[in-house]
Amino acid sequence: MRTFNRGGVHPEENKLARNNSIEVFPLTKKAVVFVSQHLGAPATCVVQKGDKVKVGTLLSKAEAFICANVHSPYSGTVTKVDVATDFNGFKKPAVYIDVEGDEWEENIDTTPDIVREITLDAKQIVERIKDRGIVGLGGAAFPTNVKYMLPEGKKAEYLIINGVECEPYLTSDNRIMLENTEEIFIGIEIMKKALNMNNALIGIEINKPEAIKAMTLMSAKYPGTKVVPLQMKYPQGAEKQLINALTGREVPSGKLPIEVGCVVDNVGTALAIYEAVQKNRPLVYNILTFTGKSVKPENQKNLLVRVGTPLQEIIDYCGGLPEDTGKLISGGPMMGKAIMDTSAPTVKTTSSVLVMNQKEASRQKASPCIRCGKCVDACPMGLEPVLLSTLCSQQKWEEAEKECVMDCIECGCCLFTCPANRPLLDMIRVGKFQVGAIRRARTQK
Amino acid sequence: MTKLTISGSPHVHSTMSTNKIMWNVVLAMLPALLVSIYFFGWNVLLLTCASVAACLLFECLIQKYLLKGDMSTVYDGSAVITGMLLAFNVPSNLPIWILLIGALVAIGVGKMTFGGLGKNPFNPALVGRVFLFLSFPTNMAMSAWPNPQPMFASKMVDTVSGPTSLSIIKRGGDLPALSEMFLGSMGGSLGEISAIAILLGGVYMLCRKIITWHIPVAFLGSAFIFAGILHLINPADYVNPVYHLFAGGMMLGAVFMATDMVTSPITHKGQIIFGCGCGLLTIIFRCFGPMPEGVSFAILIMNGVTPLINKYVKTNKFGYKK
Repeated sequence: MRTFNRGGVHPEENKLARNNSIEVFPLTKKAVVFVSQHLGAPATCVVQKGDKVKVGTLLSKAEAFICANVHSPYSGTVTKVDVATDFNGFKKPAVYIDVEGDEWEENIDTTPDIVREITLDAKQIVERIKDRGIVGLGGAAFPTNVKYMLPEGKKAEYLIINGVECEPYLTSDNRIMLENTEEIFIGIEIMKKALNMNNALIGIEINKPEAIKAMTLMSAKYPGTKVVPLQMKYPQGAEKQLINALTGREVPSGKLPIEVGCVVDNVGTALAIYEAVQKNRPLVYNILTFTGKSVKPENQKNLLVRVGTPLQEIIDYCGGLPEDTGKLISGGPMMGKAIMDTSAPTVKTTSSVLVMNQKEASRQKASPCIRCGKCVDACPMGLEPVLLSTLCSQQKWEEAEKECVMDCIECGCCLFTCPANRPLLDMIRVGKFQVGAIRRARTQK
Repeated sequence: MTKLTISGSPHVHSTMSTNKIMWNVVLAMLPALLVSIYFFGWNVLLLTCASVAACLLFECLIQKYLLKGDMSTVYDGSAVITGMLLAFNVPSNLPIWILLIGALVAIGVGKMTFGGLGKNPFNPALVGRVFLFLSFPTNMAMSAWPNPQPMFASKMVDTVSGPTSLSIIKRGGDLPALSEMFLGSMGGSLGEISAIAILLGGVYMLCRKIITWHIPVAFLGSAFIFAGILHLINPADYVNPVYHLFAGGMMLGAVFMATDMVTSPITHKGQIIFGCGCGLLTIIFRCFGPMPEGVSFAILIMNGVTPLINKYVKTNKFGYKK
C-alpha cells in the first residue's frame, strides 16, 4: 500500500466523532464576519453600517490576483464595520451583522437536489469559483481559482483530491465523504473540466474504511476518477507528501505542485466547488468537528456551521466546556492553533474545535538533547530538525537557510517524536520568520 | 471562565521519553547480566551493583556541587547504563576498588566534564574501561581470565583461570566450540560472553525502536567481511571470521556501545559509515595490533569522528532530487 517516501509519525488517531452525522447548527443572532479569510492580499469591504444584506450578498471584494471574495452568511443588517479579535487574538477588520431571518439571494439554488449536468465551460467555471469566494479548505485557505489558472507552458497530468484527513481527532472530511459522496464526485468532474483533463486520484487513509467503500462505489459512476487507499501515516495530507504518495513525484523545493503536473485540492473544496458551480452557492458555511477526550460522547459533533458564528455559541450548543479543559485548538492537534478567545467568530477554514484536558494541555519539561536522531527520522522533508533548531537558537540565519530551513512544512513531527521534549519546531519557526525577512530584503535590493 | 493554555503546535506528543529509552536499554542488558551471573557467580552481581551505585553517586555529587545543575538527569537511567556497561567490560575477578576508579573516570571525565547527558563526545563507559585497561594492565588485560563455571554444574571446582578466546586467536591454542561461544561458555569480560543474550537485548531494543539496525549490522557485517578477506588470503594466520563475531567484546560493542545515541551519528547514512569504521578498526587492531582486543578503541576513535560525519553526511532532502 502506498505512502510518502520519508519520515512521518503515527500519532494516536482518536477519531472520536467519526460516526456522528453532520448536524445543522442553528443560526446565531449576532454574526461577525472577517473581511479577509484567505491567504494572500486583503480583500476590500464593500458594505457599510445600515446596509441590508441577504445570504450570499458580497461583503468584501477580491481586487488582487491572489485574493478571495467574502459573502454574507446571514440575512440582516450590518451594524458596523470594525475590528474583531480572531481565535489567536489578532485584531482584524470585520463586518458585524444583526441576523434577521434567513433570506438568500435569488440567484442561489437552495434546494437539496443534486445537479449532475455541468453546463459551464472551463473559463466560466474558474470565474465562478473566484466569484463565489472558494478557498482551499485543507487549512491553508489559498484562493482556489488561482490553482485552476495554470501558468504558461504547464500542463496538469493528475488532479489529486485530498481525503486523507491525517490529523488525529478531525472527522469532517470523513463525514462529507460519506454524506455528500456524489456531490464531491460532481465537484471533481467540474475540476477536471476546468483543467481540461480526465485523471483524478482520491487519496484516503485506510483508517476510514467506510469512506473508502462509499467513494469507491461512487467512482464506478465517474470514470477517470480513482480512489487510492493509503497507509496511515502523518503528515500524508500535506500537499507535497500526498503528491509523493500517489504519484511518486517530488515537488521541487520552493515550487508549486503544478511543477510536477499536479493540482491538489481537498474533498471539502471539491464539495464547495460543486455547490458554487452547480448551485451558485458562495462559501458561507463549512463542517466543523467539536471533539476532545473529555467531551461526552453525545456532545462529540460534526456541525454544519455558518461562517461568522461566535465560537462560544458552538461550545454552549455542545454542552459547554468540560470542567478539566486546559486548551482549545482550532484544527488538529498536530498543526492546529491554540485558541485564545472563545468569543471570536469562525472563518471559512475552521474545521474543528478540539478540547484538550489539563493533563494534555501543557508540554513536558524539555531535557538535554541526547542526539538520538529521531527528529531526523521523522522529518517528512528530510531535514535535520535538531541541527536547524540549534542554528536558529544561535541566530545563525544564513547557515539555517543553507540547511533548507525554508523547506520545513511545520508539520510538527520533530517535536512530536522528540524524547527530550525539546522545542524544535518553535525554534525553526523563528528561523523561518527571520530567513523569510532576509530573503525579502535581498530581493528588494 | 476556564484558563486556556496557549502554545505552538504540535499539541500532542509521542509516549517516548529520554527516561523510557534509558530504562529500556537497562532492561535489554539484563539477559547478558543473568548469563554472566550463571557462568561467573554472584560476584558479577556485586560488581555490577557497585559500578551502577558508584556511577549514580558520582553523577549526583558532580551535578549538585560542581555543575550546580538540574538533578533530574541523575534519575534518567543514563548513569545506570554507564555503570552496567562499565561492569560488563571488566573481568569478574576485578577488585571492586579498581572498578570504582573506573566509574569515577567514566562519569567524571567521560561524561560530566563535557556538561553531562547529551554533551559527551565519547562513550563514558568506554572511557572508564580504557582508563582501567591502561592503568591496571595486570588486572584488566592479563591472559588469565576466570573461566566460566556454570552455577548448577554437578561438580563444583575452584575457579580456574585461562586465556580468553581472543588471546587464543592471537597467540594460538584450542578455541572453544562456536556453540559454546554463542551461548556464553567462554572466558572474557562480564557482559561480553553470551552472544545470544546480547542479541536478545538487541532485538528488544530494535522492537521498541530505541536503536535502528544500521550501526550493529554495519559493525558486524564489515568486521565479518574484512576478517573473511584476511582468512581467505591466509587461513593459517587468520581464523574463521565467525569466531571474530562471537569472541571478545564484538557483540557487546556492536549492540550496546556503538549504538549509544549521544556518541553516534544522527543520520542513517552516517550510522552505516560509523558502524563500518568500528568493524574495520576492530579487525585491524585484533589482527595487526599488539593486543588481542580492539573493540573499545575502535568505537572511541569512531566516536571522535562522529561530529565530522554529522557535518558532512547529510540526509536526502525532499524536493532536491536531480
